[in-house]
Amino acid sequence: MIIKQLSVFLENRTGRLTELTGILEENDINISAFSIADTADYGILRMIVGRPLEAAEVLRKQGFAVKVTDVVAMIVPHRPGGIHKALQIISDNNVAIDYMYAFASGECKATVVIRADSLEKLIEVLTEHKMELLQEGDVTQV
Amino acid sequence: MIWNTEYECMEREELRKLQGERVKNMVRRVYDSVPFYRKKLQERGIEPGDINTINDLQKLPFTTKQDLRDNYPFSLFAVPQSEVVRLHASSGTTGKSTVVGYTHNDIQMWSEVVARSLTMAGVTKSDIIQVAYGYGLFTGGLGLHYGAEKVGASVIPISGGNTKKQLQLMEDFGSTVIACTPSYAAHLGEALLEEKIDRTKLKLRAGVFGAEPWTEEMRSQIEQLLGIKAYDIYGLSEIIGPGVSMECRCQNGMHIFEDHFIPEIIDPETCEVLPYGQLGELVFTPATKEAMPLIRYRTRDLTRLHAEKCDCGRTLVRMEKCVGRSDDMLIIRGVNVFPSQVESVLLEMSETKPHYLLVVDRENNLDTLEIQVEVEEQFFSDEVKELEGLRHRVKSNIASLLGISATIRLVEPGTIERSMGKAQRVVDKRKLK
Repeated sequence: MIIKQLSVFLENRTGRLTELTGILEENDINISAFSIADTADYGILRMIVGRPLEAAEVLRKQGFAVKVTDVVAMIVPHRPGGIHKALQIISDNNVAIDYMYAFASGECKATVVIRADSLEKLIEVLTEHKMELLQEGDVTQV
Repeated sequence: MIWNTEYECMEREELRKLQGERVKNMVRRVYDSVPFYRKKLQERGIEPGDINTINDLQKLPFTTKQDLRDNYPFSLFAVPQSEVVRLHASSGTTGKSTVVGYTHNDIQMWSEVVARSLTMAGVTKSDIIQVAYGYGLFTGGLGLHYGAEKVGASVIPISGGNTKKQLQLMEDFGSTVIACTPSYAAHLGEALLEEKIDRTKLKLRAGVFGAEPWTEEMRSQIEQLLGIKAYDIYGLSEIIGPGVSMECRCQNGMHIFEDHFIPEIIDPETCEVLPYGQLGELVFTPATKEAMPLIRYRTRDLTRLHAEKCDCGRTLVRMEKCVGRSDDMLIIRGVNVFPSQVESVLLEMSETKPHYLLVVDRENNLDTLEIQVEVEEQFFSDEVKELEGLRHRVKSNIASLLGISATIRLVEPGTIERSMGKAQRVVDKRKLK
């Protein structure tokens, strides 16, 4: 149920992100989901990729500061209220979300990547409420 | 005007005799009362009786800042603590400061040399002097304060900062003299323009500036902005504080008050004493200090000495503006900063040695310090709040250890240039030479 996410520290420099995506392309690594948290001086790039551990190694070799973080990826219906229902369950069960990002894939589904204070509890309550969660091997399908 | 013609215009032969006498007495005193010096002299087979004239000074060992740290806080004091009436300190590595102590007589002597300095800038009892150096552990504020009182001027002990208030009092009280760091003087000058204060309403005519390096360009800029004549004062707390040397109206170097602080110039590599006129490291023996006399203290400041009599009538040796340091110390906004201090803060926050770079610059005449820290994986969290928390912790630890604020910039690993595997620690963009 736990998905490996890569977090990369990036300085705000023109072209820096392109360098990174170039390296992933050269190594034939597909990016499935992607978000950037930015401040004035730097950003934190978070992404779900195929073969995350290999990708982390490749990026480290090129001098990037990379962290592999555990997250949960949940699938919600792509329609009004779809994400609301899921968030309601999470907050009702007192799980604190550190950060999240979402993207719609196709006509009827959206995927939400969540990092929370307790992933274990998050998985437990979502499973209990029959929410669909991605498995590690599913990533390339996202 | 000369405050003390007897000493400031003494024939050099006579002065050398006096210096010899004073060194002789001092060596006897420290031998009897400072175990550190007794041991150091004994190791070299020197007895107090071996030191009789100023020529014997060269036989004595040097004292370094490290010796002061090793003897933290009071082990170099030559008098019982009950005789110490004042303590000052500067920031130090890993939280250990350099501590200096003063007896009642030391404070008198300090006031005397600052009075001489202020007199060189034409200050008299009719002046109103605004002391905008920091008051506190830093010697600048109180040093100028006591000297100005000795002259009999009216002192405004406003301390540093609070620019609006500085300008308001300058106008309302009619301050005639200002004492502060040169960068703050320039800052005040620009604030004057910004606030659209009519300069003709001010009575300011002279400024006594020191505690940090500054250029002749900066001098003319300050003189123009504030409509004053700017004088350079030099000092360091280990020797006494401000008032070790000062520029007279001829502005041809700073006269060292040699009857108290005996100067030498040495080759920083070989420690050989160099003749007048040659560039080397400045060494002082503050021979009359009671609480903390030091033997041949290495200042690490690089300069030259000139002994020709000055047009002002003083015979005291003149030192040029310091051209640099023989160590890696930086002076930022008047505060002494060693890169190793920054390193110790960063080390405390992580298990391994971080890569960092100090970028010093001067914007709007105020020194700025940016510390770039490479975000290696031990530092890296993937949450912004964690990284920002780290940044604030570094910032506040730096501020509390160094006493100055710095901008912390997190950079990617490998960004900071390394040569021969060794990282460069400092980039000083200020144009001071």
